[in-house]
Amino acid sequence: MTTSTQPEFADRPEFRKQIRAWLEENCPDDMRDGASGEGAICWGGKTWEFSSPAQKLWLDRCAAAGLTVPTWPRAYGGAGLTRAQDKILKEEMAELGARSPLDSFGIWMLGPALLKFGSEEQKQTYLPPIARGEIRWCQGYSEPGAGSDLAGVQSRAEDRGDHWLVNGQKIWTSYADKADWIFALLRTDRDAPKHKGISFILMDMSSKGVSTRPIRLISGASPFCETFFDDVEVPKFQVVGDVNRGWDVAKYLLTHEREMISAGGQTMGAGRALGAVLGDAETGQSDPVLRADAMRTEVDALAMEMTLERYKDQAEGGQGVGDASAMLKYAGTELNKRRLELVMAAGGSDALDWDDRRAPSWLRTKANSIEGGTSEVMLSIISRRILGLPG
Amino acid sequence: MLKLIQTEEEIMLQEAARGLLDRSAPVSRLRELRDANQTRDDALWQEMVDAGWAGILVPESAGGADMGHAAAHVLAGEMGRTLAVSPFLSTAVMAATVLRRLDDPRCQAALAQIASGARTYAIAVDEGSKFNPERIELTAEKRGNGYVLKGEKRFVVDGGNADHVLVLAQSEDGPCLFDLPADRAGLRRNVSAMIDSRDAARLEFDDVTVSGDELLGAAGDGRALLRYGLEAGQAALAAESTGLAQAAFAMTTEYLKERKQFGVTIASFQALQHRAAHLWCEIEMATSAVLQAGRILDADPDAATLAVSVAKARATDTAQLAAREGVQMHGGIGMTDAYDMGFYMKRARVAAEWLGDYGYHAAQVARLRGF
Repeated sequence: MTTSTQPEFADRPEFRKQIRAWLEENCPDDMRDGASGEGAICWGGKTWEFSSPAQKLWLDRCAAAGLTVPTWPRAYGGAGLTRAQDKILKEEMAELGARSPLDSFGIWMLGPALLKFGSEEQKQTYLPPIARGEIRWCQGYSEPGAGSDLAGVQSRAEDRGDHWLVNGQKIWTSYADKADWIFALLRTDRDAPKHKGISFILMDMSSKGVSTRPIRLISGASPFCETFFDDVEVPKFQVVGDVNRGWDVAKYLLTHEREMISAGGQTMGAGRALGAVLGDAETGQSDPVLRADAMRTEVDALAMEMTLERYKDQAEGGQGVGDASAMLKYAGTELNKRRLELVMAAGGSDALDWDDRRAPSWLRTKANSIEGGTSEVMLSIISRRILGLPG
Repeated sequence: MLKLIQTEEEIMLQEAARGLLDRSAPVSRLRELRDANQTRDDALWQEMVDAGWAGILVPESAGGADMGHAAAHVLAGEMGRTLAVSPFLSTAVMAATVLRRLDDPRCQAALAQIASGARTYAIAVDEGSKFNPERIELTAEKRGNGYVLKGEKRFVVDGGNADHVLVLAQSEDGPCLFDLPADRAGLRRNVSAMIDSRDAARLEFDDVTVSGDELLGAAGDGRALLRYGLEAGQAALAAESTGLAQAAFAMTTEYLKERKQFGVTIASFQALQHRAAHLWCEIEMATSAVLQAGRILDADPDAATLAVSVAKARATDTAQLAAREGVQMHGGIGMTDAYDMGFYMKRARVAAEWLGDYGYHAAQVARLRGF
């Protein structure tokens, strides 16, 4: 797949017309049902089983046009779109009901980190397979003894001259059992202060000595795993950024993750008015307490939507979101939990059936305010970095 | 494309406004007025007029600056910071928004009077203890070419000092909006002693005669016409409340960093840090909602109701939270009259009721979102 096959995209306002025509022509009918969520996601990777020929076709067409990672440079598999163009693309996709062609931790997390911290060789090696959905990545951050205190990671990579020797355990590794590669925070200097002895290292999950074990959650699903490293040999080339400066990469990446989780609150909630949720259930509209709760939540959801919009506009205008991503993460996830509580209450006993999609979604939201930094950690970040209160 | 970030022009306006208000209308000025039993600050209003604020929504053809609602919100936000006392919202925002919708030489003249500072307005809507423009019982009975007004209006903010009153009345043709001088025979103004030390009055209309010329727009269109003014006022009040919240919050975090107990500054306590951080998030949400309301009022005022109600509800809630947290986190000193936090709490409470409380606006949101 060469960049020469990619369409050239025009500037606004022609861009909207052009992208609409492209979507109309290329998006298979089966991929226009507007579905999102776990069942509709295409994660890609070596072992990925496409849910339909249409899913594969849609991925391949988007990848060829650079539209699985629209804002990445064309040289690495992207389409080189500006944020404003990307926004138009998203709007047009929503208008058509087009599914996302590919979602992955490679796109959301590793890609942005490599673009900022990776060597040219690393970018050339790792980014195009992410864009094409060929390699699926997972994130090795938390450990049993390092949750909110992430910089306390103890899993270590020892310098053995021509390779790193990795030993230790990670936990809450999302989809580690399905991933092809992992990006992990590993201790490379045990004598340095804890933030300064960590490196950001890429590993092939098929390496000898790597094993995973899924963790069953209260929602019944097992999206997270324990991941074990037992004398895993890793080529030296696979450190991103400087050795012992992995915390810088991790912090940058966490900011992305927080923005993403808070944006998730938008797709789950504010898009669909709570009134419709209440209207589905006979109890919803007649229970004054539930109604009042829903009204408050709706007001907050709309204000959240406007806040996400404002920060996107700021980012487009060149002002970064920075530490305020902690606010988006905190407010977005707490709101999402409230919404799903309301969905359950409005559903009454109908929503208690395991086969009903509502109960697992409700349970899943409880992790939103824990993963990627708890709400309490977010409040501490705001307090220290934005308000300047002593840490 | 609506952008939710301030333009260069708005940032410059904000800096100028902050300078003027810090100099001429700090909170200590409100304290002086209260202690002197005064609810008007003519010198300050003259300064605002000279700075072009009275005409911020008045067309240039009538001598105004015509800068739009978002710009008016910048000013209102700064006024909220220092709790400035002025008829800005009633006159420059609400009355001007209504008057400029009419293609009528008398309205042009009225707008010119607003911009030049020659005339201030109060908006008379409420008749019960809650905002409800749908239920109007003050009657306008046709007599000759004009009408006779009979009934009562309550919680008319700026009603004690205003030169003119816009009053919503019920006629046999439906709601009518009148513009009449406040000194008209039969109109009695009973000034209320408001908790925030500002001007509000109960207006008694005892067979008040108005001419047909004083009817704004067509008979029966009064409520639809006034709606533009009310929504502009609600959004500007949301902006003021957000500015109020920001100032109360700034006072509070300053205090947390200074005040020592147990040998350390109380800012080092996580219980207070998290409350402060949560409040900051709330203020951010209100700020976004106000920006959105301003942009939509300027771009498409007929489609602004949802954004305006989200802004008023959020800002109302947040300003009160900021004042409550401000008092609590200050401890005992926050309860004293000598300290300014009490002024913020009282203004926030009044702003919460004026032009519709949280419940009114949340219900608007629910209605528009299919509840």
